[in-house]
Amino acid sequence: MAAERGAAAEALVGQVVLPGDLLLLPAHYSEDAEGERLRLSTGAAPQGRLLCGPGLRRSGAGLLVTKCGLLRHRPAGGGVYWVDSQQKRYVPVKGDHVIGIVTAKAGDVFRLDVGGSEPASLSYLAFEGATKRNRPNVQVGDLIYGQFVVANKDMEPEMVCIDSSGKSSGMGIIGQDGFLFKVSLGLIRKLLAPKCEIIQELSQLYPFELVLGMNGRIWVKAKTVQQTLIIVNILEACEYMTAEQRKQALAKLSGN
Amino acid sequence: SLSSGDTSVLAGLYGPAEAKLSKELPDRAALEVLLRPKVGLPGVLERSREQLLRQTCEAVVLGVLHPRTAISLVLQVLSDAGSLLSCCLNAACMALLDAGLPLTALFCGVTCALQPDGTILLDPTARQEQDARAILTFAIASSERKVLMATTKGSCSVEEMQQCLATAQRAADTIFQFYRDSVRRRYSK
Repeated sequence: MAAERGAAAEALVGQVVLPGDLLLLPAHYSEDAEGERLRLSTGAAPQGRLLCGPGLRRSGAGLLVTKCGLLRHRPAGGGVYWVDSQQKRYVPVKGDHVIGIVTAKAGDVFRLDVGGSEPASLSYLAFEGATKRNRPNVQVGDLIYGQFVVANKDMEPEMVCIDSSGKSSGMGIIGQDGFLFKVSLGLIRKLLAPKCEIIQELSQLYPFELVLGMNGRIWVKAKTVQQTLIIVNILEACEYMTAEQRKQALAKLSGN
Repeated sequence: SLSSGDTSVLAGLYGPAEAKLSKELPDRAALEVLLRPKVGLPGVLERSREQLLRQTCEAVVLGVLHPRTAISLVLQVLSDAGSLLSCCLNAACMALLDAGLPLTALFCGVTCALQPDGTILLDPTARQEQDARAILTFAIASSERKVLMATTKGSCSVEEMQQCLATAQRAADTIFQFYRDSVRRRYSK
């Protein structure tokens, strides 16, 4: 029974892991051979600190998998392990850029729906160039692209539309028109990868504006309503289509 | 939707979502289970099954990562041909896996029917359930095959229960392998 409890983390990289699987870290193999001393998990000191990413939890001698998915590893800076899982429900994480919908104005603070379990709050001073006299023009129902500055399980999430140097760098109120829709979180991560093929192929079809929120929301605007809807349908279908099917669909559309 | 033989159950999981003030717990997620029978309104039997499912799920879900939220699991019975509770347990576990909620372990449900002559039958059909002397359902966790929940209908001795438990633990391996294969298929696309 003990043998099947843990498996070497390195052996399972790139494979499907299920919750309840225990992963043993390489540092501990030599530890057990010597016997006695019990070091903390960060004791892979010669190699630097090992980071445990989403889907994993430290438990005793190793890492416990808590979500099902593919195990990934990046050896940079001491090594990071995480589980790549597909999910639709968003849980706010500090530093994530998301699209929120304004649901209420309560005094100096806007309440935004970001798709998590609680509405996030956004202060009116958190916009570029906003002062007490110069308030931003935000109405209920507007779309805002911002990032989380406070997001943990115990507190209400807070967003801002400026970065640490005070510049807006693309964040703020998203303009009129356009179309907002929701996809799974895995598709967003694929689209955000550098040199994403889907976006390159779509940009050859029509020119369009695109905002991707890590909470699964995408906002698209093209010249006409029909073009916008075509792009929306292709992005939604990208979840299930393989690359060839997508290329065929795009070829048919650009032929028309 | 999960079917074992002719029994099939549709499961939907929603959460972690905003909880009503009366239901929210300050340190963990509030899990609620709704079981809807195929015909008729839910009655006392459904309520007791909901509580069994809820306690099993609470044992594996890491609720401390999502305090003051509500997780709702809705199960709809599509067809019932015996071993309904274990089918619901398996459907609940797959729904939890699919939704990406943090779990400490997986669980599966196994039903044993004890025949009048003492033989043990796994996953009985409705007919076999009626003829049996006792029907035992176990929820078994993937970590060292621990028993999360056990419920009995009928009477049996302690030794017989231990035997059924051992058989169920062996059978649980097949179900966990099925979970692993389904997840592999999903992530290979």
